[in-house]
Amino acid sequence: MTSPVTATHADTTTPARHLLAGAAAVTSSGLTKRFRGGQIAVNNIDLAVPAGSVYGFLGPNGSGKTTTIRMLLGLVRPTSGSHTVLGGRIPEDSQAVLPRVGALVEGPAFHPYLSGRDNLRRLDAADRTADPRTCGPRIAGALERVGLSAAAAKRYRNYSLGMRQRLGIAAALLQPRELLILDEPTNGLDPQGTREVRSLITELSASGVTVMLSTHLLSEVEQVCTHVGVMHIGKLVAQSRLSDLRAQSAPRIRVQADRPDLAAAALARLGLTEIVTGADDVTAQLGPADPADVNAALVTDGIRVRAFGLVPVNLEDVFVTLTGEGFGVSG
Amino acid sequence: MSAAEIEAADTVGARPPKARRPSSRFLRSELKLIFGRRRNIAGLGVLAAVPIILGLSIRFSNDTGQGDGGIFGQITSNGLFVGLAALTVELPLFLPLAVGVIAGDSVAGEASVGTLRYLLATPVQRTRLLAVKYTSIVISAAFAVLLIAVVGVGLGLVLFGAGPVTLLSGTQVSTGEGIWRLVLVCGYLTVCLAAFGAIGLFISTLTEQPVGATIGVVGLAIISQILDAVPQLSAIGPYLPTHYWLNFGDLLRDPVATDQITPGLISAVVYTVIFLTAAWARFGGKDITS
Repeated sequence: MTSPVTATHADTTTPARHLLAGAAAVTSSGLTKRFRGGQIAVNNIDLAVPAGSVYGFLGPNGSGKTTTIRMLLGLVRPTSGSHTVLGGRIPEDSQAVLPRVGALVEGPAFHPYLSGRDNLRRLDAADRTADPRTCGPRIAGALERVGLSAAAAKRYRNYSLGMRQRLGIAAALLQPRELLILDEPTNGLDPQGTREVRSLITELSASGVTVMLSTHLLSEVEQVCTHVGVMHIGKLVAQSRLSDLRAQSAPRIRVQADRPDLAAAALARLGLTEIVTGADDVTAQLGPADPADVNAALVTDGIRVRAFGLVPVNLEDVFVTLTGEGFGVSG
Repeated sequence: MSAAEIEAADTVGARPPKARRPSSRFLRSELKLIFGRRRNIAGLGVLAAVPIILGLSIRFSNDTGQGDGGIFGQITSNGLFVGLAALTVELPLFLPLAVGVIAGDSVAGEASVGTLRYLLATPVQRTRLLAVKYTSIVISAAFAVLLIAVVGVGLGLVLFGAGPVTLLSGTQVSTGEGIWRLVLVCGYLTVCLAAFGAIGLFISTLTEQPVGATIGVVGLAIISQILDAVPQLSAIGPYLPTHYWLNFGDLLRDPVATDQITPGLISAVVYTVIFLTAAWARFGGKDITS
């Protein structure tokens, strides 16, 4: 997947640069989907995916990410609210904007008895904006990019899960795109494939493509994303730059001492909250307190401190705070 | 409208979507998918086998069937009638089954493997998708009918030779006129099966299971023929989708008897319009969750 960028993909930069002028690649306001039976899959979310960003759409399985993506692509009609993709309204402007969007939705899906190449040919034939004269080179380029050239003539049914995933990404790259919506693109890939997909995303982003990456893997967001939106039981509980989210999260202080119980008492006296006492250490939310004062207070109390420091912000803790639970399955 | 939205809206024209002039590319891809599929090729083989079995068994049996009159009785006197006899035999079940498989698969098949969401996100307009799917159903139906006729006539000419054709009304016409009548029969049956295909397309939009859709639509054809055969229900007969199918024999009279053919064509058109509209209404706003 580190193959040279094909000619067809090189010109993705031109339109995307235009968008970079502070525009939004995806917006939604009050987007809601209530399925028949009353279950609310997506609850009043206001998305803002800045053009040029790599937006991590993070949430546990069942939190409404895929339903949101289906609405973005016009597959599912919102119960209420509205949204735009590349400035066009969906579904009204679908035919105008969706050719500029590459998508992988809820895993790859292809005709099992056609080869990988024939499957891409079929999708290309369905695309009214695709030039049939460049179909061959574009398909070859897309397959090359995801490392599937060798298996191009193989039937899809004989593909491994990882190969299927790669073909799905190749389909999203058949045309120059301004926006890629990738739903769990590293699902089923081995560690090597996962690295390849992540570097592909970084590479595409560098060429000006906006990427909306839906995932339940926090590490994926930390490694490739500039922005993040966190879904939890159908709600968008947080949305910001990744760096802002790190900064705004409250720092914790950690004291390693002979008598953690005494240290905890001292911290409590200073007004620190969320004190957790361990076997040989104690951690607490620093709040507005000055670490220097905390240190002085511990010394005054005669507590023997072995180590003292701020705990680096762990995004996982941030998200657990936001969602109130780990990344299991939302109900 | 927020500032972001206004800014975003400016970019709609930044790169005008360049939909190319209408082409048959998607339809050709669809036909390739249908006719490249082993199951469908095997199905066509079965359709083509019927006239072969029919022709050979009559040629090599002692009972020539002479004097029976009707389509079967004429087989030994003229090869054209092998094709007509095969169409008669295959019309109640095999042809509806062939059309039912293609129509049932059309939308439900794409939904069941998940390719439907990718086609729509490509994007393919839903109306365009239905149009391409329906066109390919009709082409498949026409192909099936012609295949039976051509195999039947070809083999018939070899086994029984050509010659003046004695129509069902007793008049003799030239071979050329006979072939023309056969073409009319194929056209009429295609129109009938196209109406049936519209019903199949509609059923296919209701489910994600292509086999279920096929069973539903073939079952419908069988029930329709059963109801049509019950004398007490003769009042509803003319409204059944299969009622006029076997009237294609009227095209083999001189002059052509239109008293059943015309309502047959009207019935087919009405069924087509109703069920294409229903498919469009159903599919147009459907949530694609497959």
